[in-house]
Parts: sequence; C-alpha cells; structure tokens
Amino acid sequence: MLIRLKGARVIDPGKIDGFKDIIISNGVIDAVVEPSEADQMLLDILSKAEEPCGIAEQPFGITDQACTPIEKPCDSSNHKQHDTSTAEPYDMRTDQSKPCGYNKKAFTKEDITEIDLTGMVVVPGLIDLHVHLREPGYEYKETIETGLKAAAKGGFVAVCPMPNSSPVNDNSSITAFMVSRAKELGGSQLYPVGSITRGSKGEALCEYGDMQKAGMVAISDDGRPVENARVMRRAMEYAKGMGLPVISHCEDIDLARDGSMNEGVVATKLGIKGIPNVAESTIVMRDIALAELTGATLHIAHVSCEESVDAIRHGKKRGIRVTAETAPHYFTLTDEAVARYDTNAKMNPPLRSERDRQAIIEGLADGTIDVIATDHAPHSLLEKDIEFDRAAFGIVGLETSLGLSLKLVHDETLSLEQLIEKMSKNPATLLGIDNDLKPGNRADITVIDMDAFWSVNPRTFFSKSKNTPFAGFNLRGEVYMTMIEGKIAYQRQDGGSEIEEIS
Amino acid sequence: MRFEHKDLLDIESLSVRDITMILDTAEGMKEISSRPVKKVPTLRGKTIVLFFQEPSTRTKLSFDIAAKRLSADTISISSGSSSIVKGETLIDTAKNLEAMNPEIIVIRHPSSGAAELVSRRVRASVVNAGDGLHAHPTQALLDMMSVREKKGRIEGLNLAIIGDIAHSRVARSNIAGFTKMGATVTVAAPPTMIPRGIETLGCKVAPDIESCIENADVIMMLRIQKERQESILFPTEREYSMLFGLNSKRLRCAKRDVLVMHPGPMNRGVEISTDVADGEHSVILEQVTNGVALRMAVFYLVSGGTKNAD
Repeated sequence: MLIRLKGARVIDPGKIDGFKDIIISNGVIDAVVEPSEADQMLLDILSKAEEPCGIAEQPFGITDQACTPIEKPCDSSNHKQHDTSTAEPYDMRTDQSKPCGYNKKAFTKEDITEIDLTGMVVVPGLIDLHVHLREPGYEYKETIETGLKAAAKGGFVAVCPMPNSSPVNDNSSITAFMVSRAKELGGSQLYPVGSITRGSKGEALCEYGDMQKAGMVAISDDGRPVENARVMRRAMEYAKGMGLPVISHCEDIDLARDGSMNEGVVATKLGIKGIPNVAESTIVMRDIALAELTGATLHIAHVSCEESVDAIRHGKKRGIRVTAETAPHYFTLTDEAVARYDTNAKMNPPLRSERDRQAIIEGLADGTIDVIATDHAPHSLLEKDIEFDRAAFGIVGLETSLGLSLKLVHDETLSLEQLIEKMSKNPATLLGIDNDLKPGNRADITVIDMDAFWSVNPRTFFSKSKNTPFAGFNLRGEVYMTMIEGKIAYQRQDGGSEIEEIS
Repeated sequence: MRFEHKDLLDIESLSVRDITMILDTAEGMKEISSRPVKKVPTLRGKTIVLFFQEPSTRTKLSFDIAAKRLSADTISISSGSSSIVKGETLIDTAKNLEAMNPEIIVIRHPSSGAAELVSRRVRASVVNAGDGLHAHPTQALLDMMSVREKKGRIEGLNLAIIGDIAHSRVARSNIAGFTKMGATVTVAAPPTMIPRGIETLGCKVAPDIESCIENADVIMMLRIQKERQESILFPTEREYSMLFGLNSKRLRCAKRDVLVMHPGPMNRGVEISTDVADGEHSVILEQVTNGVALRMAVFYLVSGGTKNAD
C-alpha cells in the first residue's frame, strides 16, 4: 500500500520548501523527493513487483486493471478501496537507511494511490496544544469522537485535551481511558494534559509519573489556576524531573473575581464587571519567576494582553525556559465584539483592547509567542443562551483556527513558515515529537488550500457545540485534507456548499 | 409624532426628540394623579407584567400605580414566586409570559443586558426597570423630568453625581441622558467607585465632592450599598460620610438654587445628611411623584408603538 502525494508545494520550515512528491507507505513517510525521482522510485518498485508472488497474493485478482496509468489522480474513495483490498501489512521499516525497502513483497499499480494536490500546500500536520473535549463528564457539549472529527476538519493531526473533564484527569485511569478511546476511533491523535493538582484543587500533586506512562504529555490546571505559589513551585520541580512541560493558565482569581469581560470602556458602558489585564500578567510574571527558580519548562496558555507579552519577552531574554501560546480570537477580535452582550464573545481570559490585540500580533511576529492554540471550549446553548454574566466562558475554535490564522499570512504579518512553526513545529517540539516531513516519520500531514474563500457557518461544524463569535466571517484559506498515519481523516467536499448554505 | 421604539431598554438608544417626547407626555400625565378619580381608560384591556427578579419596593409600586392609572391590568412576578427559583431559564420564563399575551413586560434583573435579551425573544414591549449595572432608563427620565420642571431646561445645566458610579445603573443612565440633552455632568467618588473609561460616556471626574458640586445646578447623591463593603470599596461608612457625604456645609459650595436629588432609598447620615434630605433644595419626593407620571407616559408611548407596528 503506497500513497503518492503529488503536485503540492511542500513546506517544512527551515528544511523543505518546494514542489515535492511525498511517498507514504503504511502510514509512514517513505520519501520526500522531486517528482521525477518519485516517478523513478515507483518504476523501480513496480519492476521489482514482476515476481509472480506479488500478483498471486492479490485477493481479488484485479490484474485486468494493471495497465491503468499510475499518473491518474486518485480520489479518497479510491484510496479507501485500495486500502481495504491490501493484503497484510508490509514490514517497511526493516532497512531505515534505504528509502525503498520494497523487495520483501511486491507492489502492483493498484497498490499505489496517487493524490493530486496541485495548487495546495502540504505541511507537517497541525497540532493544537489546548483543547477541551469534555469527555468524560460533559458529553452533551462534546465527546472525544466529535472533538477529534472537528480537529481533523480543522487540519489538526493531534490535540491536547485539558484536564478539566469530570472527573478531572488527575490519575492514570482517566488518562488511559482518553488515550484508548481516541485509539479506538482512529483519526487525530490525542495527547492528554493531566492536572497539576488532585481534582485541580491546588493542593496535592498528582502522580505525574504514572500518568505519563498512560500517555500524559504535560500538566496544567487550566480553568482552575494554582493559587498557591509554593504548590506551583513544587509542581514545576517535580515535573521537571520527568521532562513534563507545565502549562499555566495564568489568572489571579481574586483580581478576576465576578468579572465577565475585559475591564475597560466597553465593560463600563455595558455595566459588566471587568477582568483587568493584570489578573493575567501578574501570574505570568510569578510563574516565569518560578520557572527561573526551578528550571522547569513553562508554557503560558492563552496569552491575551500586552503586559503578559512583555513579561514573556523579558523572561526569554533572561534565558528562562518559557514558551507561550495565544488563540486566534485574541489576535482577531477585541472586547468590542461583546457588543450587545454576545455570550459567544465571552471567554477567559477575555477579549481585550485593540492595543492588546496589536501586542499579541507583535509577540507572534517577533517570536515571543511560540504557538497558536485554539482553547477549543465547546458549550451548549444551555450555558450560552442566557444572561451574559451567567454564561459560561469559552468558544469553539478547532474548525476556524487555520482560516483565522492564515489572515496573518495574507496580511504579511507572519510568513507561512512562521505560521506553520506556530501551529505545528513548535507544539511538536514542546511535546517532544519529531514531526519533520522525512522518511521514517508518521505521515501526519495537513494540506492547505491557501486561496479558498469560505464563510464560517457553525451549522457545518463537526463539533457538537456551535459557540463561535465568527459566524459569517469570510476567510481566505482552509484545510483541504488532513492525513493521519497515511489515512485521510478529513477531505474537503468540493462544491462550495458551505458558502451557499449561509446565504 | 409617534414614539418609534417597541421597547425602552436604555437611554443610549433614544434620540433627543424621543426623550423630549417622553418628558412632554409625562408632564401631561401628571395631572391625572391629582384628580379625585385617578384613572383614565387609555390602556383598558391591556396586560402589563411586572417581572422583578431583584428586590424593589418603590420602582415596582411606581410602575404598578402608573399602569393602574391607565386602566391596564397588572400582574407581578417576583424572584421568590417565579419558576426561576425552580431552575427555569430567563428566556423560557419570558417565552411563557409571552404565551399569555401581555402587551408590556416590565423587567428588573440583576444581570446587565437581561432586558435586551428578553426583548429579542418576545413580541411584547419590554420596559427595562433596571438591569444589573447597565441601565435604569425610567429613573433617568424621571430625574430629567424633575430637573426640567424646576429649572425649565436641561441644556446648559451642571449636574454633579456623587457615589458608587461603578456599581450604579442610575448613574450610567443619567450620564447618558443629561449629556445627550446638553447638560454637563461631573462625577465624584473614591477612585474604587469610578469605573475605567467613564469619561468616554461624556462626563468629567472630579477629585473631591467640593470641586464636583461647585457651580452645580443639580446634585444627585447615590445610595451607598452597605452590602458592597465586602468588595472593599471604602473603609467605613463614617469615613465615606466624612469625605463624600452631602451636608449643609458642603451644600454652600453649590449654586444657591441648587437641586438635591436621590434615587432612593437613602442612607441618612451616610451619603446625605438629614437636614439636606429634608431641606429646601431637596426634590427627592417630587422625583417619586414624577416617577408615576413618567412611567404612565412610557406605557402610553410604547403601547402606541406596538399598535402601529401591528
């Protein structure tokens, strides 16, 4: 079973940028080569296949199709058909040094699926460091299944669900449940983030070692920040020993108390209690200081304001191991989006001022902010179609993230390479994953149609929840295909139905 | 001339013409309350629901009397008796009220934006009787009515508002209304009670009560909410009174014909001394009297609007 991705511009920042073909066998990248080389490679493979045994093992004996030209582009349904008709898996990885280790078993032309991606951009699969999949406990908002489908649609080959499920992911059995559920489903990878403290209560540490064995990749008390600096210090020290990053949701809950939106002019006009910037930035400063003290790897979640960007920039200058993420809404919207008490513009941290929005963009451009994550936070109408101050914080983001982020590229704020770093490479580095597009690595790939124009229509979301402030936004650039372990997890249905539906 | 709004949600959405129309209508309504038979048939057969999700005596009574003097039928729902305590959402409650075909729903609710939320879901006219910290439009309108009655105008006057501006919907609506009508509004309070960016609403911020009431034609004192003490807004009522309370000595800084107002209920001896509250400058009880006429005018005008919309 071979797949050839052809015709696309392949970008792996700092390593590859050009029109290359990618050859994938059994879910693993086998070669990233010039198209002519790919032709030759496939011819070689086929010539080796002229041993009779190769044909004999085909269960359906479809030899009459053997003369079909291999250049013919194959769509996904073809791909699946070939996939199921393939015999046993080949042991591809017997000789790592040699890209073409096909001599054990033979291929016929039917075993080669060609996917024509002319005009598309192929990048290492996007990774979302910050999502809420709500399972276990809040399956009416989202399940691992719907969340991973939404992830694939958004171009994400992997997501990191935060621990604030019910029960909290504070022990290895919850971690193991999430991992196994995702495995069962196939599709996007799930890398759970465990809680820093038991029950996210801010008191006792969880068994990070045990949870790490079950698949946990980082720790965080997202949504319920660790108030006690001593507990945070110990958590950082302990996690450092295991190489686990600490993802901090920075919020001084006393300063933020009773607030529902950004403290500022808009809140004053609307009569909504505000959350000041310093509710975030003071804890950013505290945790950077603790990271310096402990030497732990600190990742600041969902940065929303200027003061935090400054603090992180300063921390990096001092050589402290701190990275940071922001979410598309923080560089796209301001607190003006709350307008007439729109609960879909209510999230924590809140949308800030224009000045903060500009600071976030600057932080992305100069590398202070390493990662764009979504903070995908599904909520049902029960939590959103109510009074503003009583509504839940959070918006869905998986299916709009790339489209919104590409605006930074179209505006020439970021280069495409920088964007891929922030949505794929840097998250991978933080998680310790090598996702270079190179032989031997899993074929986790996102295919982007840079110039497709589309309108955000929440009714077409795969996510169970539709709480987005971006309904009706016209965006340029979207996911064409998400490939996970060589399988197509999502492919855009061409025909522009989404745009028609919204009008 | 016709009042062109289905609802009365805040002052910001009213034009100068709208406000003038409401005040003129209210002046005409005032006479009804001094008749031996205080009732006109204007809204006979109409149903007005008073949906109060926050404790209120004066405002609810004022709306109720206003409705009855126009011959409307009123039904009161308050927080204790409503199914919201049984877990029903605000929108569901509003839709259920709507199903009984009232013409007007008067709503008071602790959440800012609640009146607007309801207004989007019902055909009935919605009158905001106070939503969270956001707006209390009938209070601002009756305050403007009282000032216009005494001063003959609003334009060019200096209004001083003293008290917890941050947590006051009365202050927000009055700042919006008086500035829209051409008055100059200055506020004063401990900085803990001044919300960020309040100047963008069109008012000035004075550093102390003396400079705030200097040259004032109207002084509006806001109630200090004792229950807010837990928000650490001020150390003691004693100190508040010392620094920001209105007493007869301070009143001498203001113009000789200054009006003293208070939306009630007052904390005598805290934000206002008894001699000022009961003194010659006080129009506090006239505000209450005008409140009935003003709310009659609002009911009358939004009913006309509803009729025309149909």
